[in-house]
Amino acid sequence: MKLTVNGVERDVNAPSDMPLLWALRDLLGLTGTKFGCGVAQCGACTVHLDGTPRRSCVTPVSAAAGKKITTIEGLSSDGTHPVQRAWAELDVVQCGYCQSGQIMSAAALLAAKSNPTDADIDAAMSGNICRCGTYQRIRSAVHRAAELRTSA
Amino acid sequence: MSAPTTPSRREFIKTGALVTGGLVIAFTMPGAKRFARAERTPASPFAPNAFLRVGSDDSVTVLLPHSEMGQGIWTALPMLIAEELDADWSRVRVEHAPAAPAYAHTAFGMQMTGGSSSTWSEFDRCRQAGAMARAVLVAAAAQRFSVEPLACRTENGVVISGSKRARYGELAEAASKLPVPKTVPLKDPKDWKLIGKPTKRLDTPEKITGKAQFGMDVQFEGLLTAVVARPPVFGGKVKSLDDAKARAIPGVRSVVQVPSGVAVVADHFWAAKLGRDALKVEWDLGPHANLDSAAMREEFNRLAGTKGTTAAQAGNVTGALGKAAKTIEADYAVPYLAHATMEPLNATVRISPSKCEIWTGTQFQTMDQQVAAKITGLKPEQVEIHTTFLGGGFGRRATPTSDFVSEAVQVAKAANAPVKTVWTREDDIRGGYYRPAYLHRVRIGLGSDGLPTVWHHVIVGQSILAGTPFEPMMVKNGIDATSVEGVADSAYLKSVPNHRVDLHSPRLGIPVLWWRSVGHTHNAFVMESLIDESARAAGKDPLEYRRALLKGHSRHLAALNLAAEKAKWGTPVPQGRARGIAVHESFGSYVAQVAEVSLEKNAIRVHRVVCAIDCGVAVNPETVRAQMESGIAFGLGAALHSRLSFKDGRVQQSNFHDYQVLRLEEMPVVEVHIVPSTEKMGGVGEPGVPPIAPAVANAVAALTGQRLRELPLTLPG
Repeated sequence: MKLTVNGVERDVNAPSDMPLLWALRDLLGLTGTKFGCGVAQCGACTVHLDGTPRRSCVTPVSAAAGKKITTIEGLSSDGTHPVQRAWAELDVVQCGYCQSGQIMSAAALLAAKSNPTDADIDAAMSGNICRCGTYQRIRSAVHRAAELRTSA
Repeated sequence: MSAPTTPSRREFIKTGALVTGGLVIAFTMPGAKRFARAERTPASPFAPNAFLRVGSDDSVTVLLPHSEMGQGIWTALPMLIAEELDADWSRVRVEHAPAAPAYAHTAFGMQMTGGSSSTWSEFDRCRQAGAMARAVLVAAAAQRFSVEPLACRTENGVVISGSKRARYGELAEAASKLPVPKTVPLKDPKDWKLIGKPTKRLDTPEKITGKAQFGMDVQFEGLLTAVVARPPVFGGKVKSLDDAKARAIPGVRSVVQVPSGVAVVADHFWAAKLGRDALKVEWDLGPHANLDSAAMREEFNRLAGTKGTTAAQAGNVTGALGKAAKTIEADYAVPYLAHATMEPLNATVRISPSKCEIWTGTQFQTMDQQVAAKITGLKPEQVEIHTTFLGGGFGRRATPTSDFVSEAVQVAKAANAPVKTVWTREDDIRGGYYRPAYLHRVRIGLGSDGLPTVWHHVIVGQSILAGTPFEPMMVKNGIDATSVEGVADSAYLKSVPNHRVDLHSPRLGIPVLWWRSVGHTHNAFVMESLIDESARAAGKDPLEYRRALLKGHSRHLAALNLAAEKAKWGTPVPQGRARGIAVHESFGSYVAQVAEVSLEKNAIRVHRVVCAIDCGVAVNPETVRAQMESGIAFGLGAALHSRLSFKDGRVQQSNFHDYQVLRLEEMPVVEVHIVPSTEKMGGVGEPGVPPIAPAVANAVAALTGQRLRELPLTLPG
């Protein structure tokens, strides 16, 4: 099966029911996308399929074939996506394990809504759990990323 | 200049001597196949002690003796070293230290991370390590410049004497040939450039790009993955096994029995998981197949009415209760809780005849090393632990039994291959090592002035330390200190002339463990709720009442007063809202919180939390703020949602849909204020947790008149 990941076509020898998460991590070595729950309850595995945020832990790899898959590794080449810059500016991360998913959800939100309200952020980001409780900084950083995007 | 004289100072000299005695090579990492980060590390000719290396490219590599699990020591401990080294902060990089005696905790004697102790316990040792390195670099520069060392100063990674300058990297080679001094004076605090300044985290770049390596991310050629079937009831054993279907799954390599269950070993996680689910195991459920939350509660109720073991006592409780002007009788209860770290437990193990390599996020390196040595028949020093970032710890990665690491060693041994053993979220929620459930039964008598004259407090719940190697040290006269901390030693009780704290520690077969702030998780909830109940019964303002009881407890009062002032305690709140306050000491720090709540569709909504902390010197105030925010979110999830229950011996919850934690939409605005303080240093990782549940419960009581005495807080109806 062929997958287009971060702009590169990759051959993957995966059973069709294997979740995209495990194809990315265990077959392609892209470990930035995280396993947190396996049932789309925590958001740690969030990637973009054709720009839309998806929980890769419940997305069969076959459903991703023919689509553009973007993972945290492909969000920017050097960590300078506005969301990443805002995350750094506001010192958001703690343990860091959920942050790939948080950043991918935030990037998708901003691509759809350039100036999200707090309610928009609640709706888009409440599926991403952070046990370190970085939520307040995530909220601020999404607003900051919106500013960075428009000023860029 | 300050001259440290603490035990950690002596410890440091001992370690320093060990290291300078030529053993430093033992503390450098084996070159092969570690982490990308380590492979990027340049040649570092100057390694004056176990904690840092200076590279010829001017880099300073800190070998971190504690584990980074979000709490920010990846930044705070290097700040201590860099402060005394006068390093160029932009050239500081960090690695986890290997497991070795030099990195033993200065107070606890083993290599570990816990008890909110990393920063205070390293305050002298890390500063000494930096100062020692600086002294040698200065000596090397003095030789080069042909001046006295005293004619040199240091700044930003450069030694300067008059017009002469030498970068640390240029001096590293020469410095490596000079003796390391045994005593080095430390800076006067007024000269600190880094300590006390809000400093950005050093681990951010790798954590926002997906490059940070957690245990889960360890991969190398030939590594297999295992998922383990464990008994559905604690203490169960395999009776019979049919693994035919599991073995038939493509990618499954082997099925092996280990002491904890049956492991399916495969090429990747997905095959291992499918294989595990396809196992047909008949279990001997053992003695705990009748565990039941309702029955447990009844038993706790019964115990609470009997005489326990006394943990604290003053005056005459029975007599005084009869004379009280007013009495309060209340039962408080909290459930079992899972840590539910975002990164499910995992460990990667590769065993050869001469060594056992372990890659994992652990809080207990020394314990893991000893347990792995025992299982493999190797010596502890032949067990190499590569500590990765921890995707959350909260105590779960500090198990006295070394449970998830020892299991992974067993699996790799049985499979005769390098294996990463991975837990699913369901395995984690159902896998035990919980914060125990507790019942508190309390009778308080108030005097005519409204203040308590008598306080009888009974605590019922499993001992965390019973049966662990820590029992002899931390269980005294039948009292597990972690069961009663925050009650038996409460500042409030010191002002109550007649008081008694009794403890029952039933043995139930449920593996239990420290959960971020340990005994304070429930004891602060109960104490701070009861103080509020007493204040209301006495018709007094809860803040004034606390001030009256805490006279002379200056650090409690400093935190309490700062939080109250910043929250504008006593001023009107928006319609439909109310404030609640709590203050609690834990892990040497004093934290007060004011929560502002309302009810939305009969659910508790926390809008704002104002938090004040006195932790002594705040090494990185940004870390302190982040940890208070973090503790509040962690504690609030437990206060509002989290609960494990048992039926027929089985844990009834399994994943985040039924074991709920705080989500972003529920996060209050948190405002953190740090009390300027030069008092004894405390921790910050845990002390933010205890006050939030009672602050919220007290606000609900203020708003509705209803006193909620159980967690998670649930409004009737």
